[in-house]
Amino acid sequence: MEPTNVGNPDYYHKVVDCQWACPAHTNVPGYIRLIAQERYDDAYMLNWESNVFPGILGRTCDRPCEPACRRGRVEDKPVAICRLKRVAADLRGDITPRFPEIPKQKNGRKIACVGAGPASLTVARDLMPLGYEVTIFEKNDRPGGLMWTNIPQFRLPPEVLWEEIDYILDMGVDIRYDAPVKSMKWLLEQGFDAIFVGSGAPRGKELRLPGRYETDHIYIGIDWLESVAFGHTNSIEENVLVIGVGNTAMDCCRTSKRIGGTNVKVMARKSKPYFKASPWELEDAEEELVDIVENHSPTEFVVEDGVLRGMKFDIVEWHENDQGRLVSTKLDEAFFPADAVILAIGQESAFPWIEDDAGIEFNKWREAVVDRTTFMSTREGVFFGGDAAWGPENIIWAAEHGHQAAISIHAYCSGEDIRKRPPEHMNLVSAKMGLHEWSYSNDYEYAGRRKMRHVRLEERLGSIETEVEEGFDLEQTLTEVERCLNCDLQTHFTGSLCIECDACIDICPLNCLTITHNGEEAELRTRLLAPAENTEQDIYVSEPLPQTARVMVKDEDLCIHCGLCAERCPTAAWDMRTFDLLKPYAGREEDHPYSGMGIEEMAPGGFVSAAP
Amino acid sequence: MTYIAKPRVFHPSLEKNELGLTRRDYEGVMSTLCAGCGHDSVTAALIEAAWELAIPTHRAAKMSGIGCSSKTTAYFMSESHGFNSVHGRMPSVASGANAANRDLVYVGVSGDGDSLSIGLGQLCHAVRRNLNLLYIIENNGVYGLTKGQFSASADMGSKSKRGVPNEQPPIDPARLGLSIGATFVARGFSGDKQQLVPIIKAGIRHPGLALVDVISPCVTFNDHVGSTKSYAYTREHFREAVEAAFVAPKDFVPPAEEIAADIGSAEVRDVRMHDGSVIRFRQVEGDYDATDRDAVYGYLSERQNAGEVPTGLLYVDPESRDLHDVLGTVDRPLWDLPFEELCPGADALDALMENYR
Repeated sequence: MEPTNVGNPDYYHKVVDCQWACPAHTNVPGYIRLIAQERYDDAYMLNWESNVFPGILGRTCDRPCEPACRRGRVEDKPVAICRLKRVAADLRGDITPRFPEIPKQKNGRKIACVGAGPASLTVARDLMPLGYEVTIFEKNDRPGGLMWTNIPQFRLPPEVLWEEIDYILDMGVDIRYDAPVKSMKWLLEQGFDAIFVGSGAPRGKELRLPGRYETDHIYIGIDWLESVAFGHTNSIEENVLVIGVGNTAMDCCRTSKRIGGTNVKVMARKSKPYFKASPWELEDAEEELVDIVENHSPTEFVVEDGVLRGMKFDIVEWHENDQGRLVSTKLDEAFFPADAVILAIGQESAFPWIEDDAGIEFNKWREAVVDRTTFMSTREGVFFGGDAAWGPENIIWAAEHGHQAAISIHAYCSGEDIRKRPPEHMNLVSAKMGLHEWSYSNDYEYAGRRKMRHVRLEERLGSIETEVEEGFDLEQTLTEVERCLNCDLQTHFTGSLCIECDACIDICPLNCLTITHNGEEAELRTRLLAPAENTEQDIYVSEPLPQTARVMVKDEDLCIHCGLCAERCPTAAWDMRTFDLLKPYAGREEDHPYSGMGIEEMAPGGFVSAAP
Repeated sequence: MTYIAKPRVFHPSLEKNELGLTRRDYEGVMSTLCAGCGHDSVTAALIEAAWELAIPTHRAAKMSGIGCSSKTTAYFMSESHGFNSVHGRMPSVASGANAANRDLVYVGVSGDGDSLSIGLGQLCHAVRRNLNLLYIIENNGVYGLTKGQFSASADMGSKSKRGVPNEQPPIDPARLGLSIGATFVARGFSGDKQQLVPIIKAGIRHPGLALVDVISPCVTFNDHVGSTKSYAYTREHFREAVEAAFVAPKDFVPPAEEIAADIGSAEVRDVRMHDGSVIRFRQVEGDYDATDRDAVYGYLSERQNAGEVPTGLLYVDPESRDLHDVLGTVDRPLWDLPFEELCPGADALDALMENYR
């Protein structure tokens, strides 16, 4: 193999599994260490910089970081990253003085955003400090998009939502409520320099089966949740079937339980391994005594004299066919009585307000054709992001789309090539503080993942407003932060210093290191002290070593970043270095007022540093 | 000196030996030696060898004297017996322990200071007794604990850290052993576990004293340019005389078959030991014969005079008989004999004395 180029920020970034997996590349280990130091404001700001909604995401994030967490490979359970994010939000003080200054003198550019969901709000947050005038058109009488209409209050208290949205609106965003955009052509004529479409995926999918339109007791999940959020709906029948087993279905069944549904069943076509809902949301629903019925494929709504009686299902089993696709075999039929059915089988974007001749191309599914890099549609100056771009994702993706679209809008308005993306940079600073002192806590914490405490069942089911999760207490927090393996503390190797004494190899508790002769990657992986079988994880290969011309190989897979290799290295060939990804944001490539500081360094003027 | 404890987390593919133990189960406390000390690699090799041989950790005894080297015994097999004795007196204590309990596996770890200066006489007589003991000399040519004075194994002309050459001739433990009847003589290098681990395994199984001289650089006081015991010097002058592998009786495959599976390999010669185990020698030097004491002595003199560091399992006597064998003691360990049998009393002594009247 060629020697690994650790000068490319991607290499070390990838080692920080959580940050790499996070669409917004939030510096997870960085903010976890700040929490450990009880620097909640700093931890919050480090989050806010990249994911914009720490308090909201600390409760609702889809957590792509957690399945990626290295701790989940070293032992059973990943670090409770999302819970810790909430700790930072819960315990922060007044951080508003740290927000970027909004120039009084505007730059003369006007931007329109359609929909006040997380994508548009992120665009606004990134562009307002640059002097843009941002106008958001929102069809409802309040902002938030699906964060407000579709996430029940027992998971996300409204005050948390409004507070973080207000941080952005208070920058001077011109937000217009009850102002649905009815025509793209009209919008194009309003003199905006660029338009961002962040109108989400507001249309719930239909289930066209016999009986569908013979009763009014069949609801579309996202519409029904919205109606509950606005207080238009405050009860449901006793026997409820929820069709579908994604996260919307979980919100529907749990909401039903709180407003009258006593016998609530979630009906899934497939079996548990194929469920779309996040495992923790499934757990929470089951804890609230929702039945989850697998392998039941709906066939008919049974309606007698206009009254919904229930639904018929085929009981099926699934197997993979020759092409590797899942196919079902019918085993039997079943009838489930119900007085109400909620359909939660997916949602899609809908653009009835974009005219065919508005210059925006659509594909055969009526999705806008959007460039994956620039987020621009086929019409110059019109950008898409969030669920409006490529269908339903989640809040953290919407935030990242917002960042990228803002970069494009800024480049577009500055007359620059929007395809030329600002590069990522990194800081790499030695963590060595003394002979045996490191700037991080590297004692291994053996404790298992801390469990979130929930409000008692009777209490929570009595009210739709009672937040179920109580948040971590201090003991839980202090234990959980220590479970983080500090994967951003990189093991940095300088081959020219190595005397091949084997000290690092002998001490490494996870057998990550080997000195051997170089070879092709596939073959080299088999020759390591412990075979490197996880090919999703890189192996590091050094330059040829001075004494024998062999190479140092490190399998990144299970390194717990304990620092023992560096500690036992007599020549400091191994060093622990804090990696800080410098992610570009709109207009902030050069001077980087948000980031650009090592977390430990806290350059003045940045978000993380104390307010002046 | 390291203050972080080595975390008790393991690679999921960590293998278990026939006792169901992993390598980690053969570890000891965290080393307090200097970072990069060759002795820690010897420790790692001992752990590997003991794990591969599946030695029950409670059936081994670790013996040592004084010096950096003698701290080694704390760093492996925490569950084993151990005795950290007076300077240079490890062989005497090991003799006593071995006499009383012949059933344990004895691992002695000493250094060039402990064994070639203050304990030289002890070493020689342990060799002569052919105590059933693996005797490792971690040889770095300096007194590390007292800040780097030349030891008795320092080569003529080797320079101290301050640039002063050594002008006294060295004691070479390998040739010394050969000259006084050692039945197993080897030399390894802490930086080459591939060679060292099989030597240690064969040494542990050898019925008698297995003298293993391990070049184990002192990273603090003797790893500079001009030293003849540095990592770089040892690598540069390293010469493998013969490659040896230890084959337990149960794993034995006739060499012909092994060669067939590994075409192009050098000539292989098996030396069968009393217990059925085999040391399989793969020729590196054309006509090297590891069972010919005088030839080996001559080879070592010749190569060492040429400035090389000949290594490998240099000599083995397949007819080796250990102390108990020579003395004809009972199979049962002496400690386990009923007191009346071990010490039959004044009447028995009187009867015995009668025979000599």
